[in-house]
Amino acid sequence: MHKADKKRVVVIGGGAAGLEAAGQLARAGCIVTLLEKESETGGHVKNWYHLFPDIRNSDEVLKYLVRQADHGNITVRTGVTAGSLEKNGKSVIVKTSRGERIISDAVVLATGFDLFDSRRKEEYGYDIYHNVISSADLEVMFREGSVKRHDGEIPQRIGFVHCVGSRDSKVNNLYCSKLCCVTAVKQAMEIKKHIENARVYCFYMDMRMGGALYEELYKESQESYGIVYIRGKVSEVSDNIDSRLIVKVEDTLAGRPLRMELDMLVLMAGMEMSESGMRLAESSDLQTAENRFFAPADHHFGSNRSNMDGVFYAGTCTAPMNITDTISHARAVVADVTDYFRNINA
Amino acid sequence: MEGFGFSVLKERHINYDANDKSIAEYIAEREPSFRTCIECGCCSATCTTGAFTNFSLRELQILLKRGENEIAREQISKCMLCGKCILVCPRGVNTRNVILLAREAFRKLMKNEV
Repeated sequence: MHKADKKRVVVIGGGAAGLEAAGQLARAGCIVTLLEKESETGGHVKNWYHLFPDIRNSDEVLKYLVRQADHGNITVRTGVTAGSLEKNGKSVIVKTSRGERIISDAVVLATGFDLFDSRRKEEYGYDIYHNVISSADLEVMFREGSVKRHDGEIPQRIGFVHCVGSRDSKVNNLYCSKLCCVTAVKQAMEIKKHIENARVYCFYMDMRMGGALYEELYKESQESYGIVYIRGKVSEVSDNIDSRLIVKVEDTLAGRPLRMELDMLVLMAGMEMSESGMRLAESSDLQTAENRFFAPADHHFGSNRSNMDGVFYAGTCTAPMNITDTISHARAVVADVTDYFRNINA
Repeated sequence: MEGFGFSVLKERHINYDANDKSIAEYIAEREPSFRTCIECGCCSATCTTGAFTNFSLRELQILLKRGENEIAREQISKCMLCGKCILVCPRGVNTRNVILLAREAFRKLMKNEV
């Protein structure tokens, strides 16, 4: 008999990482319980429209993920939150919000990330000025097929502010969220597809195009879509009497302050450790890093292992990552979990 | 060869090896946040002085770090020490203190009031 056969694994979180990990564990012979705090699985992917770098419809990825977790060995339980983890001999007991104690042989945490709440950067005016929206709000507009200002007008001049809630010690997030740069490039191009004559500007500190085909997408956005990139971090936003937005920024390459009037401003919200992950870390003594994400046991060869025997990590609960990397990380956790079963049985 | 029509232009490189970086070192020792600037330009964007004169706090800091002290010295008295730049800096650089220390360094090291 294979060592993973009939072992009970609880996967906490039903986003990309949790669905993929559950599917792979089930195929390895484990009996999986997947806990999802929302009423349905899918996580952040279900709010997205198109995905970089190939502009594929996110529904395709969602369908794949849901199909992965559609397996006889998997019980999906929605509306259930994991309260804490407790070791009992070799087992890990998961206490749920409903007062249950689920006994398992291993637990995979796939608690994911929360999008940065842009209201915390008050100087950008999210939730103060009507036409300052977040990158997530824009995806919803794309999904609904209509990009409009609050007054119903089609915006002609649109700005993107990079690094909102990332690389910013004022909100206690020193780290780079990695995906917002390329998301801005993708969204800027999508705007041009929706509004042909729109003028689109990206305000950035550094263009971090470190993923497969990101730089190519960036170049295409300049060449074929005419997106204008201005190097400088927006310091503040105000509005004028016609409810047009005025951004203040230094064009650091020209070496002069620049002022611009826009119809709509999109804030590229970064990724933060999820609140549910944070609660688990506190209640169960799981180690977190300086950036508040779960600290993996080893940066090079233990990125799926935690400081607690039998408890593993998958996906963005350990660091910001894109969907490709999340799925890879979720697949990798199966190797660590089955290794663990082999060792405790030996 | 008077009036021949040619002249040799002075090179415009930053002479990094020869330049005197003592002012920047003086500041960094006393205000280590000075080292952490990432050149985002937030300070300059929000600076009232920068809106009306060619003063750029971002540029000033990089000039000091490169030892281009003479250009920096001409600029440094323009700052009104209002401190708005501190509020917007994503790296938490104490920019106001950087200016105060720079003035102090010029006074002490260069025997030269700003």
